[in-house]
Amino acid sequence: MKRLSSLAASAFLLAAPAFADAGGVNPTIFLAAIFVLACFIGYYVVWSVTPALHTPLMAVTNAISSVIIVGALVAAAAAGLTADNWIAKILGGVAVMLASVNIFGGFLVTQRMLAMYKKKGE
Amino acid sequence: MDSFHSTLAPALYLVAGVLFILALRGLSSPATSRKGNRNGMLGMAIAVGTTIALLWNQLDLATWGIILGAVAIGGTVGAVIAKRIAMTAMPQLVAAFHSLVGLAAVLVAGAALYAPLGFGIADAEGIHVASLIELSLGSAIGALTFTGSLIAFAKLNGNMGGAPIMLPGRHVLNIALAAGIVILVGVLMASHGHAHWAFLALTALALILGITLIIPIGGADMPVVVSMLNSYSGWAAAALGFTLGNFALIITGALVGSSGAILSYIMCKGMNRSFISVILGGFGGDDAAAGGGGVQVDRPFKRGSAEDAAFIMKNASKVIIVPGYGMAVAQAQHALKEMCDKLKEEGVEIKYAIHPVAGRMPGHMNVLLAEAQVPYDEVFELEDINSDFRNSEVAFVIGANDVTNPAAKTDKTSPIYGMPVLDVENAGTVLFIKRSMGSGYAGIENELFFRDNTMMLLADAKKMVEDIVKNL
Repeated sequence: MKRLSSLAASAFLLAAPAFADAGGVNPTIFLAAIFVLACFIGYYVVWSVTPALHTPLMAVTNAISSVIIVGALVAAAAAGLTADNWIAKILGGVAVMLASVNIFGGFLVTQRMLAMYKKKGE
Repeated sequence: MDSFHSTLAPALYLVAGVLFILALRGLSSPATSRKGNRNGMLGMAIAVGTTIALLWNQLDLATWGIILGAVAIGGTVGAVIAKRIAMTAMPQLVAAFHSLVGLAAVLVAGAALYAPLGFGIADAEGIHVASLIELSLGSAIGALTFTGSLIAFAKLNGNMGGAPIMLPGRHVLNIALAAGIVILVGVLMASHGHAHWAFLALTALALILGITLIIPIGGADMPVVVSMLNSYSGWAAAALGFTLGNFALIITGALVGSSGAILSYIMCKGMNRSFISVILGGFGGDDAAAGGGGVQVDRPFKRGSAEDAAFIMKNASKVIIVPGYGMAVAQAQHALKEMCDKLKEEGVEIKYAIHPVAGRMPGHMNVLLAEAQVPYDEVFELEDINSDFRNSEVAFVIGANDVTNPAAKTDKTSPIYGMPVLDVENAGTVLFIKRSMGSGYAGIENELFFRDNTMMLLADAKKMVEDIVKNL
């Protein structure tokens, strides 16, 4: 049942962009729909994580939440050399660096941990 | 807008989001987890690549320099840390990583406020109201995550005592800070994003709130705090995902937010405490400190030596190992594995029993045992192994205390009453490794220490286990 619900939610999520323009939906509501459905997916997916892997789960969620780097890149690329744009550029550059620490650190430390989990005789 | 901007790029972000879902899905078993992690890396590469492609025409030499320099520095630091960090230090590493996500969210929100055109969130009048709310939320939650995680890091890393620090009137203070943030968001909205001072002030208040929220929470409640901050870092990312209209960021934020929330729930349940009571703080000090306190005990108890322990276990047919935070502090996991290997050679069956809140973060003990090359199919969760103690000759408790305390089942006045505990007393003999007869973090005496079938092994966990190995 759990599995079915998460599949259904995934299907919704995948199909969602197709409806984006369909009825001139307010973009914020459209994004909110994705957000809410992704919360449900998160709920089911995380409950299916075995407790033995809860530490790697935290490390990998750290790594993926650093996808905030996309915002940092947009900021760092701010064009037009006004003072405000330079502020954005510098803030963005620092954010790119912090997110990079997390991306590389998070995925690699997760990989290192997961490599240690062995079965009997493996 | 060309078709790359309107169609292909969003689709690619969606693919990245789905790959992140698969990364978490893989963690349902160790066998699929490594593939899941690779999916996560691929998703990140797609998200970053797509963003670079979208920005391609804006990237002049200076910008390339900033981006590549930042990635090179950050990536190197991250990779070196990931390679060198000791597994026992994982809780503080995760806390440190949360603080970085939080700070990055603050910086991105600030950048969007200063250069709204680049983010496509402004018109002639100023920044859209919806975007201002998202930015403020992202920055406030990010700031709170940043300082809160720093405090959690300092407590876990031992830079700061684990004991709760109770500020006078802290609840009033926290509510005032939160109210101040809400008012400043209103000011920022009314100014159409021109009142930068309001943004800076609300971020500053959130930074303070992060500190005042976490310092009253004791060291042993850190599993909940770390999970909670994990959740917050997700919500901060999701808020900015709305600003950017970015699917990958929104999906990730939702996943991480739910993940942290569920882990907090599991940790609270493991302690039979409500989330609110943990957040309000003030419970318990640092059990490592309490354990070394050398409390005087005037009740008789049975004290054993490494030789006794080795003899008892060698002649058992089944031994269950119960590890706790003390094992992590003493770095005893490798010695423990060696002891268990020796016992297996003697024909003893070995299992490990893990309490949900053993250690300082969810799954902490499992990682340490995996590091010592304990096969994961010998490691069991509380509900799967609790009925097995009565069929075992020995329960070997190493660095755990409150999670074995039968008072949680029988004594209604006990602060830990109702907490699920491991029924170690049902085993033939309970061997307890402790540094001293002190009580656990809840400050409760453990009745088990004084029972006839308990033998106390008072020493440093690692040294005691090594001595047992010598006697096998």
